[in-house]
Order: sequence, then C-alpha cells, then structure tokens
Amino acid sequence: MSKLPGWKELPIGAIILRPGSTRDYKTHEWRTLKPVIDPEKCIRCRLCWTFCPDGAILELDKPYTTSAGREFKVTFEVDYDYCKGCGICANECPVKAISMIEEVR
Amino acid sequence: MPKKLPLSGNTAIAYAARSADVDVVSAYPITPQTAIVEKLAEFIASGELDAEMIHVESEHSALSAAVGASAAGARVFTASSSQGIALMYEIMFIASSLRLPIVMAIATRALSAPINIWNDHSDFMAASDTGWLMMMAHNNQEAHDDILLAFKVAEDPRVLLPVATGIDGYLMSHTIEPVEVVDRDEALSFIPKKITWKILNPEDPVTIGSLATPEWYFEFKKQQYEAAKIARQVYEEAAKKFHSEFGRYYPPVEEYELDDAEIALVAMGSVAGTIKAFIKKARKRGVKLGLLRVKLLRPFPADLIAKALANVEIVGVIDKALVPGHAHGGPLFSEVLTAMMLHGNESKTVGFIAGLGGRMIKFSDIDEMVNILTKYKGVKELPKEPFFIGVRE
Repeated sequence: MSKLPGWKELPIGAIILRPGSTRDYKTHEWRTLKPVIDPEKCIRCRLCWTFCPDGAILELDKPYTTSAGREFKVTFEVDYDYCKGCGICANECPVKAISMIEEVR
Repeated sequence: MPKKLPLSGNTAIAYAARSADVDVVSAYPITPQTAIVEKLAEFIASGELDAEMIHVESEHSALSAAVGASAAGARVFTASSSQGIALMYEIMFIASSLRLPIVMAIATRALSAPINIWNDHSDFMAASDTGWLMMMAHNNQEAHDDILLAFKVAEDPRVLLPVATGIDGYLMSHTIEPVEVVDRDEALSFIPKKITWKILNPEDPVTIGSLATPEWYFEFKKQQYEAAKIARQVYEEAAKKFHSEFGRYYPPVEEYELDDAEIALVAMGSVAGTIKAFIKKARKRGVKLGLLRVKLLRPFPADLIAKALANVEIVGVIDKALVPGHAHGGPLFSEVLTAMMLHGNESKTVGFIAGLGGRMIKFSDIDEMVNILTKYKGVKELPKEPFFIGVRE
C-alpha cells in the first residue's frame, strides 16, 4: 500500500466517503495457523464452506481427478486474504481433509 | 422587548431548546432532569416546537437515537442526570468520536450507591473523559443561554463535537429565577440552522461508524484532540458574539474580586453564587477573598486559570465530586493544580471535598474553608489530601 494519509487529510469522524472500501483491506494478519485442504481426501461435501464464519472457503469451478480416478467438477480452496485461522473448517471436516499448519512468514 | 419569565433551570433549558428549533428530542426520564424533556414534549404537543420526540427504553438508547438523528442531519437535543449519564457512557464516546454536534443538558446529581437523587458533580465529572465539550452554569439565565452557546460551538465546522451543559440538580433545576428568554428568531440568527457536518444521505452515500484498524484509528483521535483544543477559541468567539447580541457575557472562567485577593476559592456551578455572597460579607471584615468560577470544563482553560490565580497567596479548590483512590480525590483540584504547574505557578493549592449527595454547602462551610486557607497562607508544605467539609467524623 502507498503512504497512508495523515490526520489532517482524513475525513473527520472516521467517515468513509466511498462504498466498498473494505475490499482494499486484507484481514488475515493475526492468523497463526492456516488451514490447508487436501484435494485428494476432500469429498466436496461443502461443510467447511457452510461453517466458515468469514466466508473464506472458496468453491471453485476447477475440475479435479483424484489419483484413485474419482472426478470432481469443483475444488475447495481457502481465501488466505480473509481466513483468520480459527480452525472450524478443520474441526468440522468429516474426512479430516483439512490440516492446520503453522503460519510461517 | 425581551420576555422575562419566572423559570426553573429545567424550564429555562426547555425554552432555549425550543428557541434553538431542535428537530429531534430523544430522552428517557430521570430525576432531576425530567422536567426539561416534559416541557419539550408539551411544546411539541402544542405545536410550539416542530420536532420529533423519541421515547426510548433507556438512556443508552436515548443517546443512541440522538446519534442516529444527528448523523441524519437533525439538530438534536437530549438531557439526563446521574445514573442516566452513567448508562449513556458508552455512547458518549461514540457521539464525540463520530463528531456529532448533539447538545445534552445535565441536571447534575450524585451517583449511586447509596441511591441519592440530590445534587453533586459526580455524574458531570465522570463524563469529563468522554470527549464531549462541557460547560457549567451557575444560574438559570446562564442555564438557558448555555444551550444556545452549546449549539453555536458544537456545530462550528472547526469543532463538530457534542456539548454537555450542566446545571445543579434541584439547586437550579427546580429553583425558579427570572430568566430572559431569547425568542426563536433571535436564537436562529445566532445559531442559523445549517448542516455543517457530513450526514447520511442516499444522494451522497457515506459510511458512519465503521471499523478502523490499528493503521487508521490513531489519526482520528488526534483529530478529536485538535477539535477540542480549537473549541476554546470557538467558544470565546461565540461568547463574545452572544454578548454583543444579548448583552450577557460568559468567559471560560469568571473572576470575582480576584484583583487584590490573597485567598482564592475555585468552584463550579451554583455554589459560586453562595461564595459571591460570602465574599461580599467577608470583604467587609477585611478578608481579601476572591472567586474563580470554572464555566468551561472542556476544553479546560488551563492558561486562564493559572493566570487568574498567579497573584493570590493560596488557592482552595472545591470539588463536589470524589474519586476514591485518585492522586488527590478531587478531580477539579487535580486539573487546577496541573494548570498552575504547567503555566509556571508554584503549588499553593488546597483541596476541599464538599456538598456530596446534596449536602448543602453553607456559609459556615465556606468560613471553615477560608479559615483553613488562612492557616496555610505562606506555608510551604501543603496538605497532600483533601479536607472533607461538612462530613461527620
């Protein structure tokens, strides 16, 4: 991000003059563990997508064929810009396809 | 010809809010403030005031509704006391941080427990950290005039902060005095209705009350600090304009018989009237006593206070509020002492806690304070703790 405006330049009262400005911000900075979905184990049940409190599970139109030859039309991935690392997805996954691994930056 | 009416402090405030042509009154009843909003409800019912009266289920909601109405561009008025102010506490910070020019009258009253509906400044002083501008009247005329001054300062585009105007519960709120009522036309020429702040408007949408992450929040606090600072100059301009239009002048601090005073008392609110009467008598006895009345509490006029007290030998600060465990106990004492130290005066300040929970401050109490101050005049080592005046041992 370029240099942030100083207090004299900002609209007073923290008013936001432009709609949709939250898109400019990523809210993942405080994540310590990140979920990683194994597309091989994942059965595409969508439970992680349902339970994610932040809408950070993405259902993508990406076909995938497992090494055992099972074909899926979709792939589930994590939106790491917004995932806070709460681990609910990993906890709910019925086939344990999601592992929480330590965030290293 | 200005109308002079016999009005209680509460009614005087309601008349002023009517003349200010407020658009929204959002309030919850609480003693001793209730009569203010009751009178406004009457004005609305009789058609004398075209405003929306919002009945809410608590003071927290009263101020929340005031915030919403102000954000929509309304001129908003509310009033409360004591526990009501305490319940508003959360929203008071939000109103000032969102920079909404709401005006609230506070009929000051003690805080529970034990339950006590009588006057002291506990509620007012507890609210003094919320980012609101604050002023305290000492008679009913001033209580009325403060509402107009408050809107003038609050809505100034250099300021845009909410303002709380204080009166002493019962001692002023329920006491009748002659009050010159500023009529609507005069009031609106002093405070024209113009939306000077950014409001919720579908034609020009904005977000009010958003999240600010650590890289944004701090800047808005600095903005508030600067706004509260410049409010002093804006207040002085408003007070001068008010003086030229209505003939009454309210400087941030009122000096009474201070020119040649050896002993000065510092006080806020109606007790200043008692002290003035006491000074008249004491002067006849040759006691060189003066008074400094703090009218503007926020922003605190530290330089003016230090300057006014520069030449007296000893200062006694009367606090009608108590903060147990505080460096001293009296919140006003601490600020007066800070003001004097910051502006180059040596410490010559003694604190008095008095009048808590409606305990009357009488001539005999002021006499006791003056005797203590006389005793410590010229003494280097001053008491580190306040004197509790009028408490039973």
